[in-house]
Amino acid sequence: MNFRLIKRLRKMGVMGVNRRNTWYTLMYNPRRLYSLVDDKLLTKQLAIKAGIAVPELYGIVATHHQIRDMHTLFKQYPDFVIKPSHGSGGNGVLIMSGHYKDMYRKLNGLLMSKEELNNHVSDILSGIYSLGGQPDKAMIEYRVQLHPLFENISYQGMPDIRIVVLLGVPVMSMVRLPTRMSDGKANLHRGAIGVGIDIAKGVTLTGVWKNDIIIEHPDTGISVTDIKIPKWEILLKLASTCYELTGLGYLGVDIVFDKEKGPLLLEVNARPGLNIQIANRTGLLQRLKLVEQHYRGLKNIDERISFAQKNFGAQNISPHKINIRTFFSMDW
Amino acid sequence: MRKFQFYLLLFSLYTIGFGLFFYKFYVLGFPLSEGSEVDIWNVEAHITFDAQNEPAKISFFIPQNTQNFLILSENFVSKGYGLSTSTVNTNRQAIWGINRAEGRQDLYYIVEVNKIKFKKFLDYSPPSQLKQHGFEGHRLLAAEALLSDVQARSADIDSLVVELLKRFNNLQHDKNVEVLLGEQYSIERKLELITQILALSDIHARIVNGIELKELVKEAKLIQWLEVYTNYTWKSYGPFLAKPGIPDDYFAWWRGNDPLVQLAGGNNLHVNISVGLKQREAINAAIKRGEIINPWLLDFSLFSLPIHTQIVYHMLFLIPVGAFLIVFLRNIIGIETFGTFMPILIALSFRETHLLWGIILFSLLAAIGLAIRLYLEYFKILVVPRLTFVLTVVILSMAVLSILFQKLGIEHGLYVAIFPMVILTMTIERMSIIWEERGASVAIRRGIWSLAAAALAYFFMFNTYVKHVTFIFPEILFIILASTLILGRYSGYRLFELFRFKELVND
Repeated sequence: MNFRLIKRLRKMGVMGVNRRNTWYTLMYNPRRLYSLVDDKLLTKQLAIKAGIAVPELYGIVATHHQIRDMHTLFKQYPDFVIKPSHGSGGNGVLIMSGHYKDMYRKLNGLLMSKEELNNHVSDILSGIYSLGGQPDKAMIEYRVQLHPLFENISYQGMPDIRIVVLLGVPVMSMVRLPTRMSDGKANLHRGAIGVGIDIAKGVTLTGVWKNDIIIEHPDTGISVTDIKIPKWEILLKLASTCYELTGLGYLGVDIVFDKEKGPLLLEVNARPGLNIQIANRTGLLQRLKLVEQHYRGLKNIDERISFAQKNFGAQNISPHKINIRTFFSMDW
Repeated sequence: MRKFQFYLLLFSLYTIGFGLFFYKFYVLGFPLSEGSEVDIWNVEAHITFDAQNEPAKISFFIPQNTQNFLILSENFVSKGYGLSTSTVNTNRQAIWGINRAEGRQDLYYIVEVNKIKFKKFLDYSPPSQLKQHGFEGHRLLAAEALLSDVQARSADIDSLVVELLKRFNNLQHDKNVEVLLGEQYSIERKLELITQILALSDIHARIVNGIELKELVKEAKLIQWLEVYTNYTWKSYGPFLAKPGIPDDYFAWWRGNDPLVQLAGGNNLHVNISVGLKQREAINAAIKRGEIINPWLLDFSLFSLPIHTQIVYHMLFLIPVGAFLIVFLRNIIGIETFGTFMPILIALSFRETHLLWGIILFSLLAAIGLAIRLYLEYFKILVVPRLTFVLTVVILSMAVLSILFQKLGIEHGLYVAIFPMVILTMTIERMSIIWEERGASVAIRRGIWSLAAAALAYFFMFNTYVKHVTFIFPEILFIILASTLILGRYSGYRLFELFRFKELVND
């Protein structure tokens, strides 16, 4: 055991899986609310009701006999995305960039026949990609158009912005950039890049790729740091609203940036990952503890956001002394 | 409030667990390791006499549980005799009877006794009427003089008795003692006189007859000591000791002045007591002890179940132990396995196949299943049919392997049939999904970790100590429950997480 490493990580306030689970997800996220975020269709409907912008839903395939009819739906749209409603980690997501005769063109340019697509949707319905393998629905939705800002720093696919929110206060953020390795997907474990974002200003910091700190995109060679995310306050607001939307105290909000429609809520995650700490090169705990101390005094979304921007800027790296001496969380 | 309840729960679980454990270990003497043995004294009384072709009746005192010894079993061997046992005053007595007997007769009484560590059996039986002292004339004067002399030198009953014993042991020359003793100075006579003198000052006392369980002897000598009723309990005094108490190896047989055995209708009565020592499995002795000391505890224990059910629990109780290991491996170490409890079930099957063969067979089956499963991917088969297909392939592979190993004469290979095939199928399915999504290296690495966890669980669960202790002390499960609760609130880093976050510290 490397006790010096443990000591330094604790001092930085780096949060491990056990602490996230014992203290944050288990404490702030009631089990019954999980269905709201595990089912992306429900999340989307909820967001629409609350007036939050989301990628437009074209249709749902819920039963096997609807599979044949979905192709008439596809004809109406030049491009679209198919995803399992209960999927996780980007599994089962299919992005179609166009039509060719009777076939569909995938993001990587390869063609997919109707039968292949039918099989894929059938897989989704039978629950291959869903948590626990229960039967699922396939969602067909608007394909988000890449914002020019990200054109040079993402390889195919769509970058998304993850904001971790505690009790309505955005605490940490990163943008996830797809790479050749990640096959156009924005999941870090697949090889996407995570680039930290300064909560105060919305400017990107350094990135992490496969556990290495990087400054340039490995595929394009263009710098990923110091990029100003437009409409940053709107993004923060969107993330903060998700607290009221779902009732979940600790969550990760995934936002995509459309060329024309601006920030759109993609999905909400009740167990956000911990790699965001590596992308930001700082621990979450200090920020989370600070929010736990002050959230009662924050009356509305604007107050929560200004609290976040005041305290969680990049220049004030761990200015807050916190006490995490215990190995067990037994003071609920 | 939540904290209070949590700690209360922990406290209760640990108290029950450790309490029962230590009680059974220390008081009942349940052994910590399998096959440990304890010494059991085997005491045999052999009574002989010559019958005279007429009805015969033999009364024989038999022992009961004492402060130091517990009777584990007793046996009467007496061909043709009727037998009854009864309690006479404070003694147990066996009575053999026969209508007509001729020639030499042999009767046996065999008792197994076991020494107990904790003296918890104090004799609280109230005394009967105070004994008549029976002194007259100058002997009464001598006794009274001796008593008042001794009383003057003693503070309580303890010191009074000890002082009297001293006088009678001639440690201090005493005229009154000489008068009282006269010509006879056997120990029985001295102790009898002491009880009489104590009766003079209204103290209940009695003579105890017993033997010493110290070494193996063919003819045990009967020994006597004194019991005096003080503070509502009977206290023992050895005749040659200058302080209260008797040696631990004194085994009381009967009380009073009556002879050990009495005969009506015969002559040449003789009794011989021999002491033997034998080893008995500690566990059986402990169960016997438990039945005597605390019957309800054993009544509600696994030992009250039929043997085949006991065997089932022997196995079942190991599963929580393995599961606890998994909790540790996953939440403290941070290893990832296919399926939470899959390694335990695999470990259970390793018991039959043995570890090395288990690993070989499991890897073989998983590899075959995985190859088939990855090939199936090509046809885009639906989930349930796909699982069924793989399950069938797994079972077929098992059969083929069994036949193959049979032909090759590799006996261990035949155990392939006991692998939990559903678990195996699910493992293959999970592994193939990881293989597809995260690449072969991640899948293989996780597979190796799963097998390593299974091997570890195997060593842990089937360790002879663990196996023995979980079965003999099932209350260990309460300790596991409490410890699991604690680990359930563990919020420190997982060991493997440190590697992941190491980058953060290297500035």
